[in-house]
Amino acid sequence: MRLLDLLFPERRNSAVIAKDRLKIVLAHERASRDAPEFLQALQKDLLDAVSRYVEIRDDMLRINVGQSGDTSLLEINVEIDGAKVRPVQNSAARNAPPPRPVPRFEADTPAPWVKPV
Amino acid sequence: MPLSGEEGEVYLARVIVLTSGKGGVGKTTSAAAIAAGLALRGKRTVVIDFDVGLRNLDLVMGCERRVVFDFINVINGDAKLNQALIKDKRNDNLYIFPTSQTRDKEALRRDGVERVLDELKENFDYIVCDSPAGIEHGAITALYFADSAIVVTNPEVSSVRDSDRILGILASKSRRAEHNLEPVDVHLLLTRYSLERVKRGEMLSVEDVKEILSIPLLGVIPESESVLRASNTGTPVAFDQESPAGRAYLDAVARFIGEQREMRFVQPERRSIFRSLFGRA
Repeated sequence: MRLLDLLFPERRNSAVIAKDRLKIVLAHERASRDAPEFLQALQKDLLDAVSRYVEIRDDMLRINVGQSGDTSLLEINVEIDGAKVRPVQNSAARNAPPPRPVPRFEADTPAPWVKPV
Repeated sequence: MPLSGEEGEVYLARVIVLTSGKGGVGKTTSAAAIAAGLALRGKRTVVIDFDVGLRNLDLVMGCERRVVFDFINVINGDAKLNQALIKDKRNDNLYIFPTSQTRDKEALRRDGVERVLDELKENFDYIVCDSPAGIEHGAITALYFADSAIVVTNPEVSSVRDSDRILGILASKSRRAEHNLEPVDVHLLLTRYSLERVKRGEMLSVEDVKEILSIPLLGVIPESESVLRASNTGTPVAFDQESPAGRAYLDAVARFIGEQREMRFVQPERRSIFRSLFGRA
C-alpha cells in the first residue's frame, strides 16, 4: 500500500470530499431553515416588482439573510445580465418625479466644498 | 403500586430521546445499551419504544415473549402502566415499555403520551425514548417531550445531514422550544466507527463530524461484532462488558451522568505482539 502511495501520489481521499460536500449542503440547508418566514413572500414581491421592468426568471433572484459580525444582512441578488427590458407600465413609476441629478466629480479633483490648499 | 421506590424517595425522571432522522444507524441498539448502562449505574430507568407499527425494542431487549399490553393500550386507557411495563430479568432498575404493532400511527396522541410520561416521571430517574426513523409524526412525538437528546450518527454523509436536520427540529419543534424553556440538551453519539477506515481516509473522523454538527460528543461506538451478537441473543450490548462496543456505551453513560472519561477507540490502541497475534478483536 505504502509503495503504491509513493508510485501514485495523493488522490484526494474520499473522507475529505465527504466533509467538503457536507459543509456546503448544510450551509445552504441551515440558512433556509433559519430564514424568517417572511422571506418567501418578500422574494415573490421582489420578483413581481423587478419583472415589471425586466424579464427575469424565478431563479435569477436570490435572497438570503446572513450575518456579518454583529450586523444582520438581507442580501438580495438579482441577475439581469442579458435580460430584456420591458416598457415601463407601472403607474407609480410613471408619476414619479424625474430622478435628481447626482453630482459627479472627476477623479483627482477635489470636491467643490474642499478648500484648495 | 409496585413501581414506587423506597419510602421518601422522589423520582422525577429526565426524558432522553435517541434520535437520528436516518434509519439503520443504531438508535434501538443504542437506546437499549444506554438504558441498560444507566440501570447498571443504579438509576431507575425505563426504555420506551416509540416506533409504533414496527416494534423491535422488545427483541433487542430480549423480552418479546413477555409483551402483553403496550404503549398504545396505556394511552387509550385499556391497560394500566404497571400491566404494560416489563421488568428486566437481569437488572432490577430496568423496565421495558413496548410499543404496539398497530398500523394506525396517529394512535400516538401527544396528550396521551404526555400523561403517560408524567406518570412515569414519578417512578423513574430516566425515561429513554427510542425514536422511529424519519421526521414524521412518531419521530416528532418521541422528541417533543425530551429534556436531553442523544443524536445517533454514523460517520457517513447522509446520516450526518439527517442529524443536522434533527438538531434543527429539536431547536424549533420540541416542547422546550415551543415553551421558550431551556433548550434540549443535545449530545452526539457516533456509532459504527472504524478507526482503520478513518486512518485510510475512507471515513469521516470524529473530529470531522464534531466540527460539522458542532455539538458535544457523548461517545464513539466502534464497529464491533459484539453488537450483532448482542441483538441475536436479546441482550443490550452494554451488559457485555467485555466487548469494545459494550465498554464504549458504558463510557458514554458515565459521561452522560457527569463523569469524565477519556474517549476510547478514537486513537489506535497499543497492543503487545502477543495480543495482536492471539487477542480477540
